[in-house]
Formats: sequence, C-alpha cells, structure tokens
Amino acid sequence: MEFFLVTALNGASYGLLLFMLSSGLTLIFSMMGVLNFAHASFYMLGAYFAFSISVRIGFWPALALAPVAVGAIGMLVERYGLRAVHRYGHVAELLFTFGLAYLIEELVHLVWGRLPVDYRIPPELDGPLFTVYGTSFPIYRGFMMLVSVAMLAALYLALTRTRVGLVIQAALTHPRMVEALGHDVPRIFTLVFGGGAALAGLAGVIGGNAFVTEPGMAALVGAVVFVVVVVGGMGSLAGAFLASLLIGWLQTFSVALDWSLASALAGFGITLSAGSFLAELAGITVSQAAPVLPYLLMVLVLIFRPRGLMGTRE
Amino acid sequence: MLAHGAWSLAAALALAFAASLPAPAQQVVKLAYIDPLSGAFATTGDHALKHFQFAAEEVNKRGSAGGFRLEVVAFDNRVSPQESLNQLKKVIDSGIGYVIQGQSSAVALALTDAIDKHNERNPGREIVYLNYAAVDPDLTNSKCSFWHFRFDANSDMRMEALTTYLAKDAAIKRVYLINQNYSFGQAVARAARADLARKRPDIQIVGDDLHPLGQVKDFAPYVAKIKASGADTVITGNWGNDMTLLIRAAKDAGLSVNFYTYYAGAIGAPTVMGDAAIGRVKQITEWHLNVPTKDTEKLAAGFKKKYNLDWYFFRASTMMAMLAEAVQRAGSAEPKAVAKRLEGMRFPTELGEVEMRAADHQLVQPLYISTIERTAANGGPKEVRHDVEGTAMGFRTDARIEPYVSAQPTSCQMKRP
Repeated sequence: MEFFLVTALNGASYGLLLFMLSSGLTLIFSMMGVLNFAHASFYMLGAYFAFSISVRIGFWPALALAPVAVGAIGMLVERYGLRAVHRYGHVAELLFTFGLAYLIEELVHLVWGRLPVDYRIPPELDGPLFTVYGTSFPIYRGFMMLVSVAMLAALYLALTRTRVGLVIQAALTHPRMVEALGHDVPRIFTLVFGGGAALAGLAGVIGGNAFVTEPGMAALVGAVVFVVVVVGGMGSLAGAFLASLLIGWLQTFSVALDWSLASALAGFGITLSAGSFLAELAGITVSQAAPVLPYLLMVLVLIFRPRGLMGTRE
Repeated sequence: MLAHGAWSLAAALALAFAASLPAPAQQVVKLAYIDPLSGAFATTGDHALKHFQFAAEEVNKRGSAGGFRLEVVAFDNRVSPQESLNQLKKVIDSGIGYVIQGQSSAVALALTDAIDKHNERNPGREIVYLNYAAVDPDLTNSKCSFWHFRFDANSDMRMEALTTYLAKDAAIKRVYLINQNYSFGQAVARAARADLARKRPDIQIVGDDLHPLGQVKDFAPYVAKIKASGADTVITGNWGNDMTLLIRAAKDAGLSVNFYTYYAGAIGAPTVMGDAAIGRVKQITEWHLNVPTKDTEKLAAGFKKKYNLDWYFFRASTMMAMLAEAVQRAGSAEPKAVAKRLEGMRFPTELGEVEMRAADHQLVQPLYISTIERTAANGGPKEVRHDVEGTAMGFRTDARIEPYVSAQPTSCQMKRP
C-alpha cells in the first residue's frame, strides 16, 4: 500500500509535467495542423531563461518572466518563420520546425555552453511536504503538480469562457467564417503558437530544476511528448491530460515490476534453456523495459485506435 | 589564380618559419582525448579533460618526458560508441598516436576493437589507448589488447575491495543493487552478487535493478522501490547524471540507507547530496582530497585556483607521469616503443608503488574507502581538512585497501606485436 501510494504520487507528478509539455503541442496542432518538432526546444529555452533570470533576480520572477519570453520568441517564430513557409504546405512546416530544433540547440550551446547549468530549486520549496508511511514527498513535486493543475484550469477557462477563447475555438473548425466575421485569423494563429510555446516554457521553468538543465534535455523529452499527443488523440486537450497521466503512471509503476516473460513461463512450468538468445530476451524484466513502454503503447494505439483516446480525427 | 598561388606560397613560407622557429628539442606529443563534451555526461567529460590538460602541463613544467612536451587535444564523442569511432578516424587522420578515454565501457570496448584492427593493418602508425575510467573487467580479460592500458581499478577490483570492507559491518543484512544497464553496470551487479555470496552469505540481496544509461529523468520510482524492499544498504556503480539524480531522489524521499558507491565523489554529486549524505554515503577511489599527500595537495590547490574545481582523478597525474617516464625511457614518442616501456612498469607514486601489470595492462594500485563527513571547520573529524565542491563536507578515509587485496587474476591472452 505504501509503495502503491508513493508511486502513484510520483507518477502523477511526472505525468502532470508531461501534460504541461504536451498541452502546448496539442493546442498548436489542433489550431494550425502544425506538428511542432521544436516544441521540446521551447521547453529547454524555458529552463535556460529561468536559470538566467533566477540567478539574477530570483526564482519567482523567473516563473513569470521566462514563459513570457519563450512565448514572445514563439510568436516571432510563427510570424516570420512558419507563416512564410505555410504556403508550401505541411511538409515545409514540419521541416522548418525540425530545423528550428537543431538551431535552438546550437544557440543554447553558444550562449550557455555544453555543460549542465546549476539551476537550483529555490530554498523555500526545498524539503519534504508531507510523509506517507515514512517516505517524504518533496514540496517541489507538490508545487509542480499545483502549477500544472492551475495551468489546466486556466487554459480550460480561457478557451471556454473568454471571448478570445471562443474566437480561437471557432477558428479551429471554421476559419473562413471567423475571418468573414472580421477576425484576424493569422494573428490568432500567432497568438496560439506563442501561447503553446509559453506553456512549454513554463514546463521548462518547473522541470529544469527538478531534473537537469542541459542542452540534451530537449532531445530527451522530445519523443515522449509526441507519444502523449498521439495516445491522447491529436488536438485533444483532455486526451493529452489523460495520456500524460497514463504514461506517467505506466513509467513509474513498470519500474517496480520485476516480472519477465521467463518468470511468466516458469509459472506454467516452462523453462527456457539458459544462454540461448530466446532465454535472454525473455529474461528482460518489465522494469528494464520501462523506458520503451510508452512507445509500445503508442504503436498499439496507432494500430487499434488511430485517432487516440479522445481524438476526433484520424 | 595568381592571388591563390601567392597565398599558398606565403602559407608555405609561414609554415616553414613556424617549423624552424622553436628548437626541435621540444617535440610535441599529442594525446587525443575522446570523451563526452556535450550531452548528459559532459560535466564529467569536461572535468576529466581539465585534469589531463593540467597534469600534462605539470609534466611539461618538470620536463619529465625528456625532450618531449605533452599536449592534450579534445574530441567530443557524446558517449556514443559510434561517434567515438568517427572521432577515432579524425584522430588517425591527424596522425595522433595516443588516445585517452574513460567515460563508458561501451565506448572503450568499441575503441579497443577499432584500435586493434587499425594497428594490425597499419604497422608503423600504431595508436596506444590510455584508459583512465572505463572499468569493465573484460577490457583486461577476455577482450584484452596490447595497445590498451587501464589506469583505473576495474569494476571487479573495486567491488572486491568494497565488499571486503562491507563484510565487516554486521549490521548490514539487506542489500539493494542499482546500476546502469550496459556492460559496466551489469559487471558491477554480477561482481557484487558473487563477492557477497562468498564473503557474507547471510546478506540478502533484496533488489537488483538495471536502468537505461543516461535516460532516466526521474529516479523517484526507483527510490520508492528501494524503500519498499526494506534494504539497509544500496550498492551502485552509477555515474554522471545517473548518480546525482539517484541521490537527489533518495534525499527528496527521505530514504535513509547506506550508499556504497563507485562515484559519489565525482563532480556534481556531493553538491546535490547535501547534508543527507553525511555518514551514509561511501565511495571507493584510488585517492580523495583528505588522503594525506603533500605534492598532490599542492597540485589540487593549483587546479582549484585555475578552474575552481576539485582535483578528483588522482590517476590522471599518475597516467601522465607514467607516460612521460615511458617516453623518456624509450627516447622516442613512437607509440609502439612507448607501449613496450609502459608494459610492466613499476612506478612510485605518493601512495606507494603502482604497477602496470604486464599480463593484462591493468594498473595495480592501493584503493581507499571513504565516507562523507562534515569538514573539521564545521565540527567534523579533524582529518577532514578539505571540503568537496565548496560544501561543508569532505571525505574521510575508512580504510586503505592494499593492492594485493583488490588485484584479480586475469584470463587475458595478450597478443604482442
């Protein structure tokens, strides 16, 4: 029970961080149909900006300023980059964001160097929040969850309860009609792209000091973010939320399982001769395979439910 | 065209001048350092690079390599075996005869193989491989090579020493193994199981985890698993981010167990561990800052002054000094001649004599087990004079393990050229 609770909490906090990362991606995709390969790079930029700001004026200003800065960069990228290649179709957009990811990584190398930077958790958030059966739960993890949930709530309210949100939603399904009503749809696109980038930036501010802020951090999460979006359903915010939690739990709980195919077979009285290739393959435990499981899940979803958990289109 | 011709003429002249200017008495021996300088393990790679550059300067200052100067040239392999082979091609093309590498045994295995083949096919253009940290036992056993020299105690030697010490602590009943899932991590786990079964059959191994190398961001689930297993001691060979993130997660979860580690003193780890580590985290190394060694202390102070980093790889200066000695004895920087002098070399260090065993090219040296304690200035034991990474903590020696304790038999069948 103790283990279950602790792992559930760990999984949830990791999943919520994943959600923060992927919500921007899914938002951009649903609005503009652009699969933004540079999304994880905005996450990295958020972490580096937060580091630079926090060593000068502290963590709290960084929490607000870094996402805004990343959002501004996102808007510039959309206005002067993506919009220019838009008319050449989706492949051009895809390639553009792909190249952008490399560009941002090199820029980070130039500005902050190749080594990890010492971006620390602020002292007021360092320490245990509460204890579950003797295992302490760090304040910072609680803070991560809080920020993520607050972001989800704010996003939901902004999209469903505000005028801008309604226009965005309308532009999603009926861009021509919205344009005919006198709204500047390209500007809405810029806004959404910037907003999505800012969300990734926020995730970077939170995730950068929880883990390690280094130039490889974008590549490390880049792939799993796409898994979240595919599993959740392209363009579905609620789907991304569900998928993030699911993957968070999948990864944390699978670490705990020392079952392997061999042990399952042994349960049926079948033992493989030691040393053979098959025996080695079957001997891999679930916990060793944990990092592959999200991708396995993605493949399964693509085969059996291509539109994802809550997606609306194929 | 004319301009081009004039340019190349000028360049040729400049080159001729440059070559004739410094007296030929000071020939440069280039050493190619192939290790991660970007990515998840860049911190460690960069730290070691600075050690070698510093140690090479020391050697040059003393002039201990005869008429030669050592110069370290850096190549970034991003800890990828594939990328290392690309870098090795560059090294070969630029005519460098020495390779220094240490981060990741997977890379080391790829390099020994490639260097072996290269040397066989290109007599007269050999490359010597100086390994300072890749500790997979295979490198000096089944996969041993004449061209490979290991200056670090291999994983089995370290585990032998560590378990000899651990076995004396009767309070230890339940041990958990957590390691990186590649040749080195698997070797650590295997040796720990074998050694504990031999020395303390009553100790129960309550967990044996292998996690992917450099891919885990969140160690909290692993820590939860360790906690649930009821372990009182964790043995880990983790290094780089995998070490710091593991210790950080353990600290966050309030996990109070003994950590017997290979690399708790490696860069970044002490800072992250903080007070939670005091009295609990142990490491096995060939030296640490509070082993009384006069010259090395001076060296460490100079290093700290220059880079604001702690001296950690004692073996970096041992390696440079032994290489210089071999070059001097050979009277040439030709790799094959130097390799022959390095083989079987006995060399006095501040910690006693070390030997580059001829049978397998494994350096046999004393080892130290130490625990993190408060520094003397912060109310700790008085022998903890130096802190690590500017924290209020430093390492205190628990035991010195003599070379004959950790030395292992070898199955190496060396093919000499």
